[in-house]
Amino acid sequence: MFVFNPSFSSVNHYLETLPPDWPGGFWLHWGVFVVIIFAFVMPMIMAFIYLERRGLGRFQVRLGPNRVGPFGILQPVADAIKVLIKEDIVPAKGDKWVHWLAPVVAFVPTLMIFAVVPFQDGALLADLNIGILYVVAISSISVVGIFMAGWGSNNKYSLIGAMRTIAQVVSYEIPLVLSIIGVVLLAGSLSMNKIVEAQTIPFILLQPLGFLIFFLAACAEINRTPFDLLEAESEIVAGFHIEYSGMKFAFFYLAEYAEALAISAIITTLFLGGWRGPILPPFLWFIIKVFGVFFLIFWVRSTIPRLRIDQVMAFTWKCLLPLALLNLLITGIEVIVLPEALPWPVIFVNLAIMAVLVVLWSKFSRLGGGRVEV
Amino acid sequence: MKFERYGIGIAKGMALTLKHLFRHPITTQYPEERLTVSRRTRGNELVWDKEKCTGCATCAKSCPQGAIQIITSVKTEENKYLVEKFEVDIGYCIFCGLCVESCPYEALFMSYDYERARYRRQELVMAKEGLLLSDTKQLSGYARPKVEATLPLQTLLLDRDKVKK
Repeated sequence: MFVFNPSFSSVNHYLETLPPDWPGGFWLHWGVFVVIIFAFVMPMIMAFIYLERRGLGRFQVRLGPNRVGPFGILQPVADAIKVLIKEDIVPAKGDKWVHWLAPVVAFVPTLMIFAVVPFQDGALLADLNIGILYVVAISSISVVGIFMAGWGSNNKYSLIGAMRTIAQVVSYEIPLVLSIIGVVLLAGSLSMNKIVEAQTIPFILLQPLGFLIFFLAACAEINRTPFDLLEAESEIVAGFHIEYSGMKFAFFYLAEYAEALAISAIITTLFLGGWRGPILPPFLWFIIKVFGVFFLIFWVRSTIPRLRIDQVMAFTWKCLLPLALLNLLITGIEVIVLPEALPWPVIFVNLAIMAVLVVLWSKFSRLGGGRVEV
Repeated sequence: MKFERYGIGIAKGMALTLKHLFRHPITTQYPEERLTVSRRTRGNELVWDKEKCTGCATCAKSCPQGAIQIITSVKTEENKYLVEKFEVDIGYCIFCGLCVESCPYEALFMSYDYERARYRRQELVMAKEGLLLSDTKQLSGYARPKVEATLPLQTLLLDRDKVKK
């Protein structure tokens, strides 16, 4: 009789004792990890919403929500209940099926990303040998959901927001993937677990420029504030989800934070050494690092105002893309020429290269002139 | 060669917001906390001194809004007016202070009260007992130099210290 013990290692141990051709093994693994992913993602989204609202409050020298429950911990629950009992409105002239499907199409791919995120050594739903490629492919699908929302709502603001998202995400996908390739070159594998295993020192040190590019591109990818043009309140009211209410709006809201969680988890895995760390158990290290990355994300949100659409596009094509290409070139040279080099000199060389390149690009690229000659 | 836009501005901004993260929040949690108000405010209430008032009704005559209603009867044995009714409709009051200035016996004062909202329109009509000096109402020095001399020095109108209720 199988007694479920929630710690990862016991599950792994149990799986290892199974004969590899045992028919129940796959489905047991699948079932256990689907439950683990849900049990991880939903509370983490709640925690993120709470932390972001409280943290943003403190960044703005106010308190943030603190009325519901001790320290306002139950605020996300209260929000969820409020949203659930709201009326579900579908625009009369909207495309009803597309309007209905959009929240699901936006939310589900984000959840699917967690299938390849290793919570601990080997503790992941599917150790795909093309893990990071899977992440890139799957995460792009949620953009389709956002565009469906913009189209199905039959509203000019939501359509503008959705158009902006498409332009922005397609552009930022390129530096994002190019900066991932640097990590993949160093690790020698696309599997998320192997990438973590390869990080005897976190890749943020070996790939500082890659981390910078990935972080900025990822912020744009998940539409966090410096790049949140799709829902720019001051211009297009709420962007793609303007016509959404009730549970469907909640799905978009969840998807936004699930994307932030996914990106935090991917940055943790690719650049911060994933579950590796001393003393504490590995999954705890993973969660701590995820929270650290999320803190960085909403710190940026609390500081930097929204860019204009032309600035956003110029930033990726004129700044991030050339830098990502150069980063790839430099990493490739280092991997080929100095495969056995000591890590520390390489780290300092890479940091110096990053500083020089960033300063050089500040000189070369002219962002935000904003003058469009027609 | 001028170096611009290499992230120093962003770094400064990030440092500033991080500093704000550790500042004490300025929010006043109103029902539990309230700000201390300077004692030298002009005031938004009236205080009526039952002993000094002779019922001359100068205040009622000077009131531009007609908010003060005073009804007196004659106490023949002491040769005095007996104030039967002294009512101020705060809903009409514009806090001009003319009643306080005109009172010949210094029986009316401006005063300050933190919470002035009422649930009913009728509760805005303050009768005798509601106009007396109480713990929540403090005298203001407006047009009363003797009171003013006893007050502490002027501070910021709203002090940063919060009083826990």
